[in-house]
Order: sequence, then structure tokens, then C-alpha cells
Amino acid sequence: MATATHLLTEKEARAHPPMEAVVVRFAGDSGDGMQLTGGQFTLSTALAGNDLATFPDFPAEIRAPQGTTFGVSAFQINFGSAAIETAGDQPDVLIAMNPAALKVNASEIREGGLIIADDGEFSQRNLAKAGYDQNPLEDGSLAKWQVVHFNISQLTLDAVKPFGLGNKEALRCKNMWTLGLALWMFDRDRQPIVDWLKAKFAKAPELAEANIAALNAGHAYGETVEMGAPFKQHHIAPAPAEPGLYRTVTGAEALALGLVAGCQLAGVNMFFGSYPITPASPLLHHLARLKEFGITTFQAEDEIAAICAAIGASYAGQLGITSSSGPGIALKTEAIGLAVMTELPLVVVNSQRGGPSTGLPTKTEQSDLYQAVYGRNADSPVPVIASRSPADAFECAIEACRIATRYMTPVILLTDGYIANAAEPWRVPDMTGFAPFPVSYFDTPPAEGQSVMPYSRNDELARPWIKPGTPGLEHRIGGIEKAPGTGNIDYRPEVHQEMSDTRASKVLGVVNSIPDQDICLGREGAELAVVGWGSTFGPIHQAVRRAIAAGKDVAHIHVRHIWPPPKNLGPLLKSFKKVIVPEMNMGQYKTLLRDQYLVDAQPLTKVSGHPFRIAEIEAAIDRALS
Amino acid sequence: MNEVSPIPTTTAKDWASDQEVRWCPGCGDYAVLKAVQRTMPDLGVAREKTVFISGIGCSSRFPYYMATYGFHTIHGRAPAFATGVKLANPELDVWIITGDGDALSIGGNHTMHVLRRNLDCQILLFNNEIYGLTKGQYSPTSRVGTRSPSTPFGSVDRPVTPCMFALGSGARFVARGIDVHKNLPDVLKAAHAHRGASFVEIYQNCVVYNDDVFASFTSREIAAEKQLWLQAGEKMLFAGGAKGLALDVDRLCLKVVDGDDPAVIVHDPRNKGIAAMLIEMPESFPMALGVIYEDPAPTFEAAVLEQNRAAAKGKSADLQALVSKGQTWMVEKEPHKL
Repeated sequence: MATATHLLTEKEARAHPPMEAVVVRFAGDSGDGMQLTGGQFTLSTALAGNDLATFPDFPAEIRAPQGTTFGVSAFQINFGSAAIETAGDQPDVLIAMNPAALKVNASEIREGGLIIADDGEFSQRNLAKAGYDQNPLEDGSLAKWQVVHFNISQLTLDAVKPFGLGNKEALRCKNMWTLGLALWMFDRDRQPIVDWLKAKFAKAPELAEANIAALNAGHAYGETVEMGAPFKQHHIAPAPAEPGLYRTVTGAEALALGLVAGCQLAGVNMFFGSYPITPASPLLHHLARLKEFGITTFQAEDEIAAICAAIGASYAGQLGITSSSGPGIALKTEAIGLAVMTELPLVVVNSQRGGPSTGLPTKTEQSDLYQAVYGRNADSPVPVIASRSPADAFECAIEACRIATRYMTPVILLTDGYIANAAEPWRVPDMTGFAPFPVSYFDTPPAEGQSVMPYSRNDELARPWIKPGTPGLEHRIGGIEKAPGTGNIDYRPEVHQEMSDTRASKVLGVVNSIPDQDICLGREGAELAVVGWGSTFGPIHQAVRRAIAAGKDVAHIHVRHIWPPPKNLGPLLKSFKKVIVPEMNMGQYKTLLRDQYLVDAQPLTKVSGHPFRIAEIEAAIDRALS
Repeated sequence: MNEVSPIPTTTAKDWASDQEVRWCPGCGDYAVLKAVQRTMPDLGVAREKTVFISGIGCSSRFPYYMATYGFHTIHGRAPAFATGVKLANPELDVWIITGDGDALSIGGNHTMHVLRRNLDCQILLFNNEIYGLTKGQYSPTSRVGTRSPSTPFGSVDRPVTPCMFALGSGARFVARGIDVHKNLPDVLKAAHAHRGASFVEIYQNCVVYNDDVFASFTSREIAAEKQLWLQAGEKMLFAGGAKGLALDVDRLCLKVVDGDDPAVIVHDPRNKGIAAMLIEMPESFPMALGVIYEDPAPTFEAAVLEQNRAAAKGKSADLQALVSKGQTWMVEKEPHKL
């Protein structure tokens, strides 16, 4: 995300043309370690003080057949000396570890961009696997780009020879050789990577040494080889940023930290029930290591058991949290309804992916908005919030814990595959700046002859949280309609009407404790508002920034609270002449806005599994204004 | 636990809630409810520490009638809720109330996993071999040929044997009882005394949709002949001691012998092989009842909590340190002017 967004005026943005930002894509076979290379390059970029955004793009297959196009794994990073909010529209540099990686990625490279290829992998057999009749490095078909190629495989083998590794193991160091070269290209310090390798291979020092040798050899190659113009060293100055301590963070990490923080601020222990699913599993992995924070993680037998155990834990006084992706959330739906009915706190995280069904498990989409807001049987209102970036996921997780415990309700927190895997610099928050919202458990037994009242309500219509184990307050709850106050089974018509109304009013009342909707860029009442939610923040923001810089009357509004919407959202949207809603689905939030406010919100949709490009949104802005 | 308060003396009445019981007149569920309410005062547990958790079905209304904490959840999932409750507060005494459809059809997966994990809880499976609440469809325990609204020409699929399912899932306590039988409280007490998941199948008569389906071993006139009540360390005798069970060593199965035959075997609940044979005895044999198998093992929640404790040892819950982890860098002031 833009660590520097707020510091940049439109004029300043104009003064900083994209020359100061570079988009690099590492692409190779899924066994080539491209995600690792990208991750370490990201760290080095962050340490160099550049702003950055990344886009890991990997296949659904863990180890697809070697050398095939569907087994290509890529990692893209956009970094620069100005605010960076997206992973970049078009790579300036492609590092292709084999013919398949070149085949899949070449067309996306900016015209005139640089392609670096490992020609050691361009054998007849690999060319055929990638679908090339002739070697593209030799037949002139890459003339649109500047191409340099050398035998990275052989150079790596030479570099690690002294360590006596087998051929296969030695070739595994290729990615470090490549990283070394990339570090040289952008004038980076190698030491942090060396430290990381030593820690990673602490139990196999010879592997650490071999990888370090490969890293150094790649770096030295850049320094000594005379390649000429396209292949030169660049120095990207650090980006302006608010002073403070920084680290890089992925969405999954930020989310895990935010949930830990949310539970601490609420003063409850966390119970995290989950079932493995792409791309949500990293959250379980992160939390499973943090036992000292009073966290119990439970890998359940299925998605349903995961949420049911979380609800059970909430019933017993912890904060139950469950996490999944769309197909898993579908399975949890009935249990979310029970949490609505019994009014227990619960956080449900959905890391959205392409669908329907199994869909595109490793690709991103925002197509579970209907599911989150409307996707349950009967009238089952649930607050829904959406995070816009990896760093924003931290605050959204805290917000989800706050709403769940304050209103005694399940809360759905939407994120997506892009946010979960993408990394960005994050200014480490000062935790004393967050106001605690401690929960209280009700423990006063009723007077003699009076009933326990688990469904009595406070001013905000929240019911008391009574933990089993509390003497004198024994009571029964369940999914059957219940009487106000006592919670005893009661399905008389007027009772169901009253309880349905109360549940809806309670959730709508959440607006009273959330901020009014702000405008990120531009002015109220402009010609056009571009309204987004979730991970489309980056491309929308940059597109609107450019439009404003070009003198266009456009505003960017980005909504965190999907349901209930902020109080002022309706009047705000009505102030604009036109509204467009870019989203990575077929137009779901657009429908919600039309329904709630009768505004003529126009969709801009994309479901390719890839985030929007800035240019796509710029074009939509131009169309809307023409 | 910081303080141990004495458990107040109670009677069965103290365990009954003020809610009107709404099962069909004559339903076996009434007998089980009474048996449980009669048993509770003898268990040495406090009402507020007791939680009854159920799924969906006739039997799953049970928690509403107990003056304890109770959670009527969703169909088939009671074991998953119970797992969350017990992990969040291991001091709670957790009972799962379920039926043949709830536990073995829609919730078969959770039943398997709660048993293999060995969560400390009591699972009372009310088996009436029918779906009562949905008006009489056949269930996964219905016998082949069961005529029901959904199987007007008779069911064709073979039923599951609940106790074999439990044994196969790794249960460490497997018992059987009968709704109206005087021995039921003893079975419940044994289940409660067992640390870990205690699986109790209760043959429960549905007077409306499946009346007398268990008559072949429950009707008064043949009960002695057709019921074998197992006692640890005691000979496996029935028919008033006139008959007993012995091992047919050649065929590796059980056989009926005279009660005074020295080959009559003594019940060792730890013997899983014999337990399997007892559960699956053919119809000409008596029905094995009581505690069929018991071999305690560490419980799930104890293992989880112990691991949580060990992993947290020596570490502090320092949130500021946690968010500041990893490779960080300091920006002192803006690195360049725009």
C-alpha cells in the first residue's frame, strides 16, 4: 500500500513519472523457487526504502509436470521512489527461467522492456514442451523487447561446484544466482539475504554456503559481464514515507496479527477453528505458532466442524474465529445462521478466490460479496467488512473482533487471494494507540423466583454473554425461535416477527459505532465517483490520481463497511453525477448500492483471476466522462 | 481451578428445567430423560459446570429439559460444538445428545472424529432406527426392508451398527443400554466415570413410527433369554445363568454354551477383539448390553492444552514485540524531498 499516499499531492504525483518505479517479474517452473526468490527480493526492496507492492501468481498444481506452461509460477513486484499501490500493469523486466516461463509471460512485458532468459534451459525438449517450434531467443520473434540470455544453469553449477552437491541439488541454487543478479541490477545489499540463508539452512551449512556462493556469483556476473545498454545497474531512490519502524507484511500475516490484537484489545482468548483451503490456510499456519497469546488453533475434520467448534468456543467464553475461502464459507453457512440466531460473537474470514465451485483456487476474485451479505437462509443479517490491502487487513481484523464482541454477532471479514499473498511495507503500529474494548461476561444470578434472561438487551440490542460454568445462570440456547428475554422456545407468529426485527435492528445499529464514509481522493459532488471495496484499492487510487492530475473531476471512494453501510454513504453517492464501481466480479457491490440508494451505479467488472490494471480503470473513467 | 467449592447435594428434580417436555406420549425419550436426571445427583458434578449439547432430531430437544447449560445446535454437528466448548473450558462436563440420523447419517463424519480424538465427553446416541421428527423416514440404522414414507417398497441398503462404527473410529468406551431398563443409570455412571469420549448407544422405542422394533430382545417375556448384561471381571452369563458365551477357538467366534461350562469367558472390557464379536453377535444370540469396551487413553483437550502450555512456556504475550518482528528498517525522516 501507499505508505506515502497521504504525502503526495496530485502535482507531486505528476512530478514523479513512472520512471522512478520498476516492475520486475520472476517466472520459472513451479519447482524453481520463484516465490522464494520474489519474497527475498521484496525484503531487500523494502530494506532499500522503496515503496512496493507484489503479486505472487502460481499454479493450482503443487508440482505440475516440469517445463510445461501450466506449471509456470511467477512473482511480480512493483517498487519505486514514489507511492506504489499496485503490483504494476506491465513488467519492465522479465526473468524467465525456462521456455514455458517466457511463453506465458512475454506478451505482458512492456514494449521495449528487458527479458533475461536462462538459455541453458532452452533445449529442444523444453522448447517443445512450451509449444515453441523454434528457439525464440534466436528466431527474432522477441524483437519488440530487449533480450539478454546466458546459461544461468551452467553458471550456477560452476559456482557451487566446490560444495560437492549432486547435479539436482546444485541446480536448485539457480534461483539464488538469479536473485544475486537482480540484487546487482538494482544496487542492493546482499547481507540480509546471506543472513536469511544461514538461518534457513542452519542444519545444513553446506547448502547455506552453496546458496550464498550462487548468490554472490550472480551478483558478480552482473558486475563484470559487459552486456551493454539494456543491462545496466539502476538505483531507485527510497520512497518518501512517514518516519517510523517498518517491516514488510503479507495480507495473511497482517490478518493474523490483527486478530491477535483484536482478541487482546477485547481481553479474550482466541479459538481459531479452520480447515485447510487455498488461499486461506496461511492464516491458520501463522496463528498456530502463537500459543503464548492464549490462542488455541484447531484443524477440524471439515469446514463445518471448524466453524461449529469456533461457535462452541464463543459459547464457552472465548472469541471463536474461523477462516476459509468461498467454497468453505458455503459449507459454513448453516452454522453462521445458528450464530445469528443464538447471538454469539464470531469472526468469519473469507479469503476470496475465483469461482464458482473449485474455480481458480490460486487466483483472486471478489465474487463472494453476495454470499457474505445475502448468502444465508432466511433473514440472517451479519455485519460485513472488507480489507483493501495487506496492511489494512490488520485494522479490519481488529474491527471485526470489536463488532463481534460489542454486538454479540457473527462478523464476516472479506479479504482475497491477492491481499493474502501480496506483500507491502507496513509501518509497525504503536499498539498503545488502539483503544481497548474489553468484553464483560454477565454473572449476576436472577433474584429468587425470577428467570435467567439470556435474551435481555442493552441499548445497542446486544444480549449478555453468559459463560457455562457461571453459577445460577444455567440456561439453554439453540437454533429454534425463542422468546425475548428468557430465550425459551417460542415460535408464536408475533414472537418471530419481534425477534427478526430485533436481530435486523441490532445489526443495522452497528452504523452508530463506525465512522462516516470518507473520500480518498477528489471532491464531493464531482462529475464522477469511482467506488470500490477490497483489494481494488490500489489500481482505483492510482487511476483516479492520474485522472485528477490530468484535470478531470473524479473522486475515489473506498468502502470498508460493506454491511451495514456507513450512514452518509447514500447522500454522498447521490452528490456525484456518475458512479462507477470497479470490482473483480460480475457487478455485486453495484447491485447492493443500487438497491440501497437507487443510484445509477455502473459496473466495471473483471474476473480473469488477475487484479485490475490502472490503465483499465483510467479507460473506464474516460469512457464515463466522455 | 482456584477454589474448589463443595458440590451441593441434589435430587433428580433439581436437574429438571421448568420447560414442558414435548415428546409424544409413550416415547422412550422420557425414560432416558428420567434416567439421566436420576443419575446426575450421583455424579458429583455441579449443575453450572454441566453442558448438554445436541444436534437436531427428537432426542436433540433433550437439553431444554435439563436445568443445566444447554446448546441445541444444528443437524449432526453437536460433536464439533462440544469440541469447541471443551477446548475453551476443559472444566465443563460435556454431554452430547444425538440420534441415529443425527450421529450416523448427516453427522457421521463428526462422530468419527470426536471418537478418534477422544474428547472427554459422554455421547448418548438414542437409536430408534427411524427419523421421527421428519415423520418416519428410514434411517441409517433401519433394517433392510423397512417400509417408510420414503421407502414404500422397503429400504434396500444395509444398516450401520453404531457400536461397530464407534469401535472402528477408535472409541475407547463403547456401551449399550435400553431406554426403559433399570440398568441404564449404571451405564451412564460408567460412561461419566470414563475419561475420554464415552459412546453409549441407547435402544429407544419410537411409539409412533417404529413401535416395538427392539421387541425381539426387550419384551419382558424373552428379556432374560435375549439380554446379556456385561460386567467387567464377571462371566458372560444370561438366561438367569443357564447359558453363557464361550470362544469357539477353531472358528474364532463366540458360541453359546451351558452356564456351568468352564469355557464361559470372563468379560475383559479391554479386549477389543471380543468387544467386536459381542457387538456383532447374530440374531439367535442374546444382545450384548452394558459396557462392552473400555480402554482409557489420553484425552484430546488435555493433549491440546498441554501442547499450548509447552509452546507458550518462557514466552510473553507481547503484542508490540510481535508486530515488530521480522526484518525491519527505520525511516528517520523523509528520505528525499519531493
